[in-house]
Amino acid sequence: MIEKAFNGDRNYWGWIVFLLVIISAGIYSYINQLTTGLTLTGMGRDVSWGVYIAQFTFLVGVAASAVMVVLPYYLHDYKAFGKIVIIGEFLAVTATIMCLLFILVDLGRPDRILNVMLYPTPNSMLFWDATVLTGYLLLNIVSGWTVLGAERKGVQPPKWVKPVIYLSIPWAVSIHTVTAFLYAGLPGRHLWLTAVLAPRFLASAFAAGPAILILVSFILKKTTGFDAGKQAINKLAVIVTYAAIINFFLLGMEFFTAFYSNIPSHMHGLQYLFFGLHGKGQLVPWMRVSMIVGLGSLVVLLIPKLRTSSKWLIMACIGIVVSIWIDKGVGLIIGGFVPSPLEEIVGYMPTLGEVSITFGIWAIGILLLTLLLKIAAAVKTQD
Amino acid sequence: MNENRREFIKKTGLGVLAGLGVASGIFPKSSFESAVASTTHEDSASGRRWGMVIDTRKCKDGCTKCIDACHEVHNVPDFDNIKDEIKWIWKSPYGNVFPGESAQFVSEETRERSYLALCNHCDNPPCVRACPTKATFKRDWDGIVAMDYHRCIGCRFCMAACPYGARSFNWRDPRPAIPKRSQAYPTRERGVVEKCNFCSERLAQGLQPACVAACPEGVLTFGDLNDPESEVRLLLEKNHTLQRRAELGTRPSVFYII
Ligand code: SF4
Ligand code: SF4
Repeated sequence: MIEKAFNGDRNYWGWIVFLLVIISAGIYSYINQLTTGLTLTGMGRDVSWGVYIAQFTFLVGVAASAVMVVLPYYLHDYKAFGKIVIIGEFLAVTATIMCLLFILVDLGRPDRILNVMLYPTPNSMLFWDATVLTGYLLLNIVSGWTVLGAERKGVQPPKWVKPVIYLSIPWAVSIHTVTAFLYAGLPGRHLWLTAVLAPRFLASAFAAGPAILILVSFILKKTTGFDAGKQAINKLAVIVTYAAIINFFLLGMEFFTAFYSNIPSHMHGLQYLFFGLHGKGQLVPWMRVSMIVGLGSLVVLLIPKLRTSSKWLIMACIGIVVSIWIDKGVGLIIGGFVPSPLEEIVGYMPTLGEVSITFGIWAIGILLLTLLLKIAAAVKTQD
Repeated sequence: MNENRREFIKKTGLGVLAGLGVASGIFPKSSFESAVASTTHEDSASGRRWGMVIDTRKCKDGCTKCIDACHEVHNVPDFDNIKDEIKWIWKSPYGNVFPGESAQFVSEETRERSYLALCNHCDNPPCVRACPTKATFKRDWDGIVAMDYHRCIGCRFCMAACPYGARSFNWRDPRPAIPKRSQAYPTRERGVVEKCNFCSERLAQGLQPACVAACPEGVLTFGDLNDPESEVRLLLEKNHTLQRRAELGTRPSVFYII
C-alpha cells in the first residue's frame, strides 16, 4: 500500500518539500538545543515547562478524539462514518507520535528516556502516561492499517481486529485522563488541582479533535476528491457543538468555585490568566482571544442554518481549534506555574529555537498525516 | 513483605498491577507502596528521620554564611540570571516562604526579616511520588530525599510537583559557572535536576551539615526527629514552630521558630 504515497502531482510534492524545509529547520534547532542545553528555551527555574509540554497536552486530546468516530461506527453501527473513520484513526496515530516527540524534546537527558521503562515506577503518572500512549499508538496503527488493507483487497477485515478496535475506545479516554492526572494530582499548583481537569480535558478534546477532523475532510475533498460525506460532516459538527458547550460549562465551574469561595490561592491562577495579577498579565490578551473566538464559534455552531453551510462551518471549526489550542496549549500549562510556589510572578516567552522545534514537530505530524491520508484516499477512491 | 516476595512481585510484573490498585484505591496503601517510600507513616518510625529547626529570630540580616558554605561545598554554579539559576538554600521574605501564613497586620519585625528556604526533606514527598524513574527517592533509613543524578532524565516533573520551589534544573553546563571547585562533592551535568541533600556526604563522615556548621549565630539545629531526646525535638517541645505549607500534607522535616 505504501507505494500509493509516492504518486502525486506537483502540488502534492510542493507541499511535501515545504514540510521538509520546516522539519529541517526544527532539526537544526534541536541539535543546537542538544549541544547547549534547554537554556536555549524560554523556560527557567520557575516556569519549568513551556510550549513543548503544552503542545503535548493539546495533542493528546486530538489523539483521543478519534473515539468520537470510532465509537459510533463500530459500536453503534453508524454507517455514515464509514469513510471518515480511517481519517480519525490516522489522525490519532500522527497526534500520538507528535506527543511522544514533544516529550522527547522536553527532556534534559533524552538519551536516558528508556529509564522510564527500565525502572518502572507505578506511583508516577508520567510512567502511566508513557505506557498508555504507546499502547494507544499500537492499537490505532494495527486497526487502521488492517481495515484499510482489507478494503484494498476488497475483502472483509479479519475477525481479530474487532476486539482491538473495541479496546481502543476506553483506551482513548484513558490517555487523556492520565494526562490530566499528570497535573491534577500535584499539591500546591492550584490551577491544576481540580477534579474537573480530566473531564475538561476530554470535553475540549472532543470539541477540538472532531473540528480538526472536519477541516481535514474538507481539505481531502478539495485535493483528492475523496468525500467523507455530507451526513458524516454534519454529525461531527453536532458532536463539536455539544463538546464545546460542555467545555465552556466546565470552565465556568472553575470560575465559580475559585471566585465565590474567594480563596486567594484558588483565584490566583485564573486571575493571572484572564485579568492579570499584581499588574502582570502576559497571557491576558491570549486568553481573551481564546474566550471570544471560542464563544463566537459556538454561537455559529448553535445555529443550524450556519452549521450546515460549509463556509460557516469551516470558520467555526477553525475558531474552536484556535480557542482550545490557546486554552490548553498556552494558558493551562504556563498558568499552572504562575504564581510560583513562592508567590512570585515570573514571565515566560518561548525563544525562536523553541518555536522552530515546535513547528518542526508539527510539520513531522502533518507530513505523516499527509502520507497516510494519501494512501487512504487512494485506496478509497480506487474503483 | 519480605525481600523474596517483593522480588517475585517485581519479576512477574504484578508490581505494575499493584501500582494500578494503589492508584485507584483498591488495595490498602500499605504494602506495595512501601517499596518506594517506607517511612511515610508516622508509626513506622523505626529508623532515623533527619530534620532541622531554624530559629529565625537569631538569623542576621544580610548574612549569607550558610548559603555560601552550602553552595561552595556542593559545587553549586553561580549564574547571574534567574532563568538558569540553581540554588540549594536561599533567603526570601516572609510572604514568599510562608504564603498561607501571611495574614493581615503581620508585625513589621516579622515582615522585614528574611527567611531561609531549602528542601524540606518531606516525610511524604510529592517529588518522589511524581518521579518516573526513581531518580528522586526517599532513603528509608534516615528520611533524606535524595537524587541519583545518573538516572534522572530531566523531565522536571519533580519541579512541578514540589510545592516549595526547592528544585533547580541544569539548563546549561554548570561547570564553567562554579566559582571554586570543591572536592567534597561531585559536580553535575547539564540536563538533570538537583537540590539540597541535607549533606548526606558529610553525615556519612559524622559531620554536621555545612550550613549548620557555618552559622555563627546558632540559627540552625540539626538532628533526628524520631529521637525524643534529640536537640531538635527539645526545641520543638519548647517553642511554637511552623512547617511550610503544612496544609498540603507533605510533612516537612524543616521547622521554623518565628
Ligand atoms: S521540599 Fe520539595 S524537593 Fe524537598 S522533599 Fe519536599 S517536595 Fe521534595
Ligand atoms: S527530572 Fe529527574 S528527578 Fe525529576 S522527576 Fe524527572 S527523572 Fe525524576
